[in-house]
Amino acid sequence: MNNSVFFGALTVAGLAAGAAAAGTLDDVKARDKLNCGVTTGLVGFAAPNANGEWEGFDVAICRAVAAAVLGDPTKVEFVPTTGKTRFTALASGEIDLLARNTTWTFSRDVDLKFEFVGVNYYDGQGFMVPKELGVSSAKELDGATVCIQTGTTTELNLADFFRSNNISYEPVPIETNAEAQQQYLAGACDVYTTDASGLAATRATFDDPTAHAVLPEIISKEPLGPLVRHGDSEWGDVARWTLNALIAAEELGVTSANLSEMASGTGNPEINRLLGTEGNLGEMLGLEADWALKALSVGGNYGEVFAKNIGEDTPIGLARGLNAQWTNGGLLYAPPFR
Amino acid sequence: MTDQTQNSVAFVAESIIPESPPPARERGIVKWLRANLFSNVTNSILTLATLWLLYLVLSSTLPWIFNGVWTTSSLNECREVLDGKVGACFSVLTERWNQLLYGFKYPYDSYWRPNLALVLLLVAIAPVLFFDLPRKMLAFTVIYPFLAFWLIWGGTLMAPIVAFVGFAAAAAFFQHFGKGSFALGFFGAIVVAFAVWILGGMLIPEGASENAMLSPVPSRDLGGFMLNLMLGVTCVSLSLPLGIALALGRQSDMPLIKWVCVVFIEFVRGVPLITLLFVASVMLSYFFPPESTVDLFLRVVIMITMFSSAYIAEVIRGGLAALPKGQYEAADSLGLDYPQAMRLIILPQALKISIPGIVNVAVGLFKDTTLVSVISMFDLVGMIRGPILASTEWNGVYWELLGAAAALFFVVCYGISQYSQWLERRLATDHR
Repeated sequence: MNNSVFFGALTVAGLAAGAAAAGTLDDVKARDKLNCGVTTGLVGFAAPNANGEWEGFDVAICRAVAAAVLGDPTKVEFVPTTGKTRFTALASGEIDLLARNTTWTFSRDVDLKFEFVGVNYYDGQGFMVPKELGVSSAKELDGATVCIQTGTTTELNLADFFRSNNISYEPVPIETNAEAQQQYLAGACDVYTTDASGLAATRATFDDPTAHAVLPEIISKEPLGPLVRHGDSEWGDVARWTLNALIAAEELGVTSANLSEMASGTGNPEINRLLGTEGNLGEMLGLEADWALKALSVGGNYGEVFAKNIGEDTPIGLARGLNAQWTNGGLLYAPPFR
Repeated sequence: MTDQTQNSVAFVAESIIPESPPPARERGIVKWLRANLFSNVTNSILTLATLWLLYLVLSSTLPWIFNGVWTTSSLNECREVLDGKVGACFSVLTERWNQLLYGFKYPYDSYWRPNLALVLLLVAIAPVLFFDLPRKMLAFTVIYPFLAFWLIWGGTLMAPIVAFVGFAAAAAFFQHFGKGSFALGFFGAIVVAFAVWILGGMLIPEGASENAMLSPVPSRDLGGFMLNLMLGVTCVSLSLPLGIALALGRQSDMPLIKWVCVVFIEFVRGVPLITLLFVASVMLSYFFPPESTVDLFLRVVIMITMFSSAYIAEVIRGGLAALPKGQYEAADSLGLDYPQAMRLIILPQALKISIPGIVNVAVGLFKDTTLVSVISMFDLVGMIRGPILASTEWNGVYWELLGAAAALFFVVCYGISQYSQWLERRLATDHR
């Protein structure tokens, strides 16, 4: 019906877009918009609100990078991707950055030719059971029926865990998280297993969350992080150090409340270097001197972003756990800004 | 004699017995019940079983619907209001209705544009559906696609005008040269259309869309039920003519055309729609340089149109096969050439036979448009599965949302079905 115009536009676009082989950073600046891949919707991590604005923990990474590069957190084109389309979207250049709770694995890094720029959430596979089952450890789950999403690494982790502990289980294969919720509540399975953050988000939606418990065992490592294409290290550096800036800011005590005060210069040289009042770190990245200041002014440091989207005061209610700063016993450890 | 007769008859009615109502069990509701629901033991058992089932279903759904909460702003508030009672949380519909209908990115102050496009669609489609209406209304139908494009996508008015001029020039070329040689007219028309589009495209100044009267809306921002309707209407209206051409091509005597059509139909019918959609959304971007891709909406329209045209072609082939050979011979003996014979004699009958099949494909196609949610387009189902269920407020609301989606689809599909039944009655010329 409306095709002809597209054909016309296509012809023109095809001629115009011959040479797009420059660096991604230059492309993003020229386009004045960051194309950022996110999920089609995951509670707390990425979802549009009632006004159609994207919100969430992964979304905050996209906005921070956009602010660092373009100076404006709204200059982001969010490209929703599914688990199946995310890697092709990144590989084909449709998106510049993929921030879609993607587990950093060897094969994705090496074989699929992507570059993980860091870890923004340390996740791991856990178990949820109804409290009335009276189970306090996953090792007591002998003979249990387990709801599990097919075709994911969680399926393999589950088999490994039960085999190494020499206990048996009966898998109930399901397709999506929504289906799992219904099956679990209907009693089709005794246990639901997926990433611990997903379990917490799922439990938060139950009629009576207190009737369900997440068991203490975490049976896999799921470091989730943003990723870019191989072969463009300059762009990879921008994404990596934006994430590091958010993490370092929390460690250094830079918050959205005291940001403007600190931006005028402090006694701590590392804060000064981070916020661009000393040294030329921004120039080295090919960005403005106050790149990190802009990134931090979007939603504050890592801790603030965490607390706002998935922290203990939100319905999802995740504790910091492994995602605390190294000084607090967590794994977050940003390299120095020097 | 007469005495004897008089004596032998014990009683003679001297007046007509007054009319009395039929016995209670033979009239009114009782009779209807006895005849229709309790006519014998089996039927009585079935009736009672059905009533029991109805009671089971209604006793659980009606309180759920009538206790429904419409005014809260999250699922947890719903639960507080209900306080343990059974009840639906329809608040999600009142809060997110605009996202369900238009997607989450279509600009709020532009909702009137798709609304107007929908109203105009009814006007444009009326003369096509109801052929008793004055034929002059078809002029608007011709303009409508371009008008609707401009309304929904916005941007400069030049784009649809150039597109329209291209089509008009092609049609004029075909009118003039097509009579002499069909091939010259057909391929010449294509060349003319592209020439107009490319020249016209150069005339449109750079950035004309930025300051246009209607702000431009990229395809990515379309969504919700609007997207389903747009895909459905576009693909059905495109695949019908394409399907007719394919069906005729498959019956052609010219081997090349015949085999092209056969291969196309058999290939497309042998591939699941979802595979084609994945090709459209994922694979095609590998074939284009970055930054220059065909619009995703267009890619999906092409794939769905291909898919349904193959099915429609087979339905119409059934209609063509059902015609007696005499009809073809009669057309030949009247001295009609191929296009005339098809247009005046064969197709009107074949299409009439095919109506139920075509409508079946159309309804199926309309519902298949929800498959685009798997390639991360936010149609009605995509909106529900993605953004709405992933928001912290509404995670866990399933029945209300999917029920609303089912109701929307039912209204449209039932309408299509009723229309097709009217059409069959209207076109019934035989006396079976």
